[in-house]
Amino acid sequence: MTKILKINGLGKTYSSGSKQLTVLQNISFDVQRGQTFSIVGPSGSGKTTLLGLAAGLDTPSAGTVELCGYDLNTLNEDERAQLRNKNVGFIFQDFQLLPTLTALENVSVPLELQGAKNAVARAKELLQKVGLANRIHHYPSQLSGGEQQRVAVARAFSNNPAILFADEPTGNLDEETGSKVIQLLFDLNEEAGTTLVMITHDLDLAAKTQQILRLKGGKILTNEATVNI
Amino acid sequence: MNLSWLFKMAWRDAKASRARLLLFMASIILGIAAVVSIQLFSQNLTDNIQRQSKSLMGADFLIDTDQVPNERAQAIIDSLKPDASEVNFVSMVAFPKKNGTKLVRVRGLQGDFPFYGDLETQPVQAAFNYQTSGGALVDATLMLQYNLNAGDSIKIGEITLPIAGALNAIPGNSAVASSVAPMVIIPSRFVAGTELLQFGSRKEYQFYYKQPNADLIALEEKLQPILEAENADLDTHTSTSSRLGRRYENVGSFLNLTAFIALLLGCVGIASSVNIYIKEKIKAIAILKCLGASRKQSFLIFLIQIAGIGILGGLIGTLIGVGLQQLFPIVLKEFLPFDLTITITAQPIIMGVLLGLVMSILFALLPLLRTWYVSPLEVLRFSGETSKQAHKARFVAIAVIVLFLYAISYWLLRDFLFALAFIGGVFITFGILTSIATFTMHLVKKYFPKGAGFTTRQSLLNLFRPNNQTIVLLVAIGLGTFLISTLHFTKYILMDKAALGQTAESANLITIDVQPDQVGEVVSTFKANNLPVLDNIPLVTMRLHSIKNESVNELRTDSTSMIKSWLLNHEFRTTYRNKLTDSEEILAGQWVTEQSADETIQISISENLAEDANVTVGDAMVFNVQGVLMQTEVASIRKVDWTTLQPNFSVVFPAGVLESAPQFHVLATYAPTEERSANLQRELVTKFPNVSVIDLRQMFAVVEDILNKVSWIINFMAFFSILTGIIVLIGSVRTSKYQRIKESVLLRTLGAKNKQILSITALEYLFLGILGSLLGILLALVSSLLLALFVFEEPFTPSILPFLVFLPGISLLVLVIGLSNIRGVLMSSPLEVLRKNG
Repeated sequence: MTKILKINGLGKTYSSGSKQLTVLQNISFDVQRGQTFSIVGPSGSGKTTLLGLAAGLDTPSAGTVELCGYDLNTLNEDERAQLRNKNVGFIFQDFQLLPTLTALENVSVPLELQGAKNAVARAKELLQKVGLANRIHHYPSQLSGGEQQRVAVARAFSNNPAILFADEPTGNLDEETGSKVIQLLFDLNEEAGTTLVMITHDLDLAAKTQQILRLKGGKILTNEATVNI
Repeated sequence: MNLSWLFKMAWRDAKASRARLLLFMASIILGIAAVVSIQLFSQNLTDNIQRQSKSLMGADFLIDTDQVPNERAQAIIDSLKPDASEVNFVSMVAFPKKNGTKLVRVRGLQGDFPFYGDLETQPVQAAFNYQTSGGALVDATLMLQYNLNAGDSIKIGEITLPIAGALNAIPGNSAVASSVAPMVIIPSRFVAGTELLQFGSRKEYQFYYKQPNADLIALEEKLQPILEAENADLDTHTSTSSRLGRRYENVGSFLNLTAFIALLLGCVGIASSVNIYIKEKIKAIAILKCLGASRKQSFLIFLIQIAGIGILGGLIGTLIGVGLQQLFPIVLKEFLPFDLTITITAQPIIMGVLLGLVMSILFALLPLLRTWYVSPLEVLRFSGETSKQAHKARFVAIAVIVLFLYAISYWLLRDFLFALAFIGGVFITFGILTSIATFTMHLVKKYFPKGAGFTTRQSLLNLFRPNNQTIVLLVAIGLGTFLISTLHFTKYILMDKAALGQTAESANLITIDVQPDQVGEVVSTFKANNLPVLDNIPLVTMRLHSIKNESVNELRTDSTSMIKSWLLNHEFRTTYRNKLTDSEEILAGQWVTEQSADETIQISISENLAEDANVTVGDAMVFNVQGVLMQTEVASIRKVDWTTLQPNFSVVFPAGVLESAPQFHVLATYAPTEERSANLQRELVTKFPNVSVIDLRQMFAVVEDILNKVSWIINFMAFFSILTGIIVLIGSVRTSKYQRIKESVLLRTLGAKNKQILSITALEYLFLGILGSLLGILLALVSSLLLALFVFEEPFTPSILPFLVFLPGISLLVLVIGLSNIRGVLMSSPLEVLRKNG
C-alpha cells in the first residue's frame, strides 16, 4: 500500500502578543491510500490545527507534510489550492456551504473550478445519491442541518478526491441525523475507494475507522490500528 | 483561467446579494448623474458659444470708445466702412402716462444692427420699423413692471418718443445684465435731441462691421495697438466669444467640483458598503480557497461584481444626468446672453460609464484586497491576522486612490495647484471628521456611563462593537451637513455684504451727472422733500499723462514696463476733499487735507492703483485735466473697500486744487420709504432731465434676486450631495441590518420589550445624527469664517438656521432610517425573523 499522507516532525507555533503558543509538537505519522483514519483528542489538543496543516490550509512552523506525493512546503498557496482541488475533499462540522449558492451550485463548484464539462450532471447524480434530488435548487438557508451536511458530503465527493478530510462531521447534528450522515459518508467512501481522515471526539465513530491517532496537548499519545484497540 | 466560470460565480453570488448590491449602486448613481449632467451642460455651453459666436456680438467685429472718436480713430473707423453705429449711455427715463421713472441704458442705434442673430420684439415688426417710424424699443420686463403698451410714450431727456414695441432680446445681452439697467433702443438721430450727452456723462460709441470674409486675427493684430493709443478698442466676435467661454468655464469648474463632491460621497458609500460586504464574504472566500480556488480567482469573482455594479451604476447615472441637463437651460436662462440648444454628445456619456467603473473599483479596492489575503484556514477558525504583504498592498492601493483622485480633479479644474488644494481640502475635511469620530468613540469608551440604564448602555455599546459603522456614518452625515451649511452661511455673507448701505445713516438714493450750476437746485429739491443731503461729491475726469516722468505714449510701446496697460487709456473720475470716508484707510504716507494749486499737488491713490501703476509714496504722476497738465506726487496710499455701495475713488485730490476745474457732482440722500424715493426721482427727472438717479434699494432687490437664483443652482448641486449622503446613510445602516436583527432578536428572546429595543436603536442613531450634523455645522462655521475673513473680507455673523433646521432635521432623518432597520424585528416573532434572515 502507498502512503497518501506523510507527516514528519510537524510543529505549529502561534504568536499571541509577545508570547509564543505551541499548538502542535513533533507530530509524525502516515496514512495509507484507501485507509480510514481518525484523529481523536480533547478540546484544545490540536486536532483542527493538524487537519489544517495536513490539508495544506496552513503552513507548519516545523516539519513536513507530504500529500499525494507532494511536499507541501515546496508549494505556494495557489499550488496548494490546485492540489486540494484535484485530490482533496472536505466535510466540516458547520457544513461550510456557500450561502449564496444553491445546493446544486455548491456541489458543482469543485468540478467547475477544474473546468469539467459534466459538472452539473455529476452534481445532480451525487445529490440524488445523498437523497436530495428534489432539493437541488434550494439555498443552504432553506435546508435543515442534516440536509446541509448531506450537500456537503456530495460536494466532498464531487471531484473524486483521493483523500477526504472530515472535521467533526456530526458535531452539529442530532444523533439520528448524525448516524445517517456517517452511514452515507462511509458508503460513498467505500464505493469510491477514498482515503478518509476524520477528526472526532466521538470514540464510537472513531472505532469505525481502521486507524486511530490520539492527541493530547499538541502531542501524539497513541497511533494504533482499530483492530488492536 | 476559466473566465466564464468567474463571471458565473460573480453572477450567482450577486443574485443572492442583490438588495445589498443595489444600494452600492445607488451610491454611485447620483454622483455620476451630477458629473455627467454638468459635463454635458458645460460642453453644450462651449459649443453654443462657439456656434453662436457671431450672433453673440451681432457683427463680425466692432470698434468701441468711451469718448467721441478723435481724428485718427475716426479715420480708421471710416476707412473700414462701418455698417452700423451706436452711442449708449445710462440715464433716467420717465413714462409720463404712468407717472414712473427708471434708470435705463439708452442705446441710440443707426443702421441695420444686428447683422447676425435677431432683434426680438413684440410686435415682431417693431424690430424692423422702429428706425423709420422713430419709436423706442423698451425692455419687455420694464414694460410689464410699468404696465406699458406699444404706443405709450417714453421721455428721454428733452425728447418724448412713442414706444414702438417691447424688446425681448438683442445679441450679446443677458437678462441679468438688463435687470440692473434695462435697455431702451432708439434711432440714433434722436440722441442729440435728448441733450443727455453733456460733459461728464458716461457714454460709449460703438461701430459695427459686417465683413464675413475679413481676416479677423490679422485685423486685430494690425489695428488694436493703433486704436488703443487713440483710446479706442477693436473687438472681434471670436475674441468676445472666447472671453465669454472662459467666464462660463469658471462657473462650470465650480459646478463640476460640487458634482465631484457628490461623487466622492458616493464613493465613501461604496467603500463602506463593500467593506462590510467583503467582511461577510470572508468565510465564503475561505471555503472557495479550501475547495481549490486560487487567490486570483477569488479576488476576480468580487472584482467582477463590483465592476459590474460600477458599469451599471455609471450607465443609470449617465442616463439620469442626460435627463437632468435638460433642466439647466431653464434654470440658467436668465444668466445666458444666448439661447442654449442642448445636444447629447458621446464623450460625457462614455466618461460617465467609465467614471462609474473606475470610481467603484478604486474605492472598493481596499476591501477587495482582503479577498486576496484570506487564508483557507478561516474555514476552521477566525485568524484575523494581516500579513506584512497585505499592509504593503494597502499602502499601494491608497497611493493609487489619491493619485487617481488628483488626476480627476485636475481634469475637472485644469490647474495643478487648484486640484492639489481641492484634494488637500477634501482630505483635511475627511481627516477632521474621521479623527473627531474616532476621538468621540474613544471618549465614549473611556467615560462609559457604567451606572446608566440598560437601554443607554446598550445603545452606546453599539457605537464601538465589531462591524460598527460609527465612523462611516459620522463622516457621511458630517460631510453632507458641512456642505449644505457652508453654502447657507456663504449665501448669508454675500447677502449681508449686499445689504450694507441699507442702514438709516447711509445713502440709498444717489444722483449722478449733476452739473455744477444744478447743485444748488438739486439740494433744494432734496430739502423740499424733507430729505437730507448725505453726500455732495464733486467729480473731475482726467487721464494719465505720465508716470514717474515716463509718458503714457512711451509706456505703451515699452514692453518691459511693469505698468498695467488699462491705466494708460483710462478716464479717471477723481474727487477732492479734506477727509477720509468710512470705507478708506491710509496704508502708507500721509493724508493731505488741503493745499494751494501752486505747490506740487499731494494726491492719495488706492492700493490697487499703486500696484497696477507700480508707484509708491513720493512718486510723480502727471494728469491731463481737460488739456491742462497737473503735476502731482503720491502723498498717501489708501485701502478702499470697493464693495460698499457708495462712491469710491482710486485718486483723491486735496481740497483747494480742483475747485475750478470742469466738474460735475454726485449727491446722495436717504429716502426712508419707497414712495418718497419715487416722488423725489420723478421730481428730479422732470426738473433735470440730464441727472440720473441710482436707487440702491432697487439695486439691492436686483442683487438679492440674482443671489437667490445663484443659490438655487448651488442648492440644486448640494441636493445631489445630500441625497447621496442619505443613500450612503441608508446603505451603511442596511449593511449592518442582519447583525442588528440578530442582536435585537436575541435581546427579545432574553425578554427585552419592543419599547426597550426601540429605545436602544433610537438612542444610538439619535446620538450619531446629532453628533454628525453638529460636527458638520461647526466645521461649516469655521470654513465660512475663513471664507468671510480671507475671501469676502467681511465680518461674519453666523445665522442660527442650521442649528434650528439642519441639526434637528438631519438627526431626525438618521433616526428614521435607523429605526426602519429594525421595523421587521418589532413586528414579528423572533423565530420568524431568524428563519427569514438565516
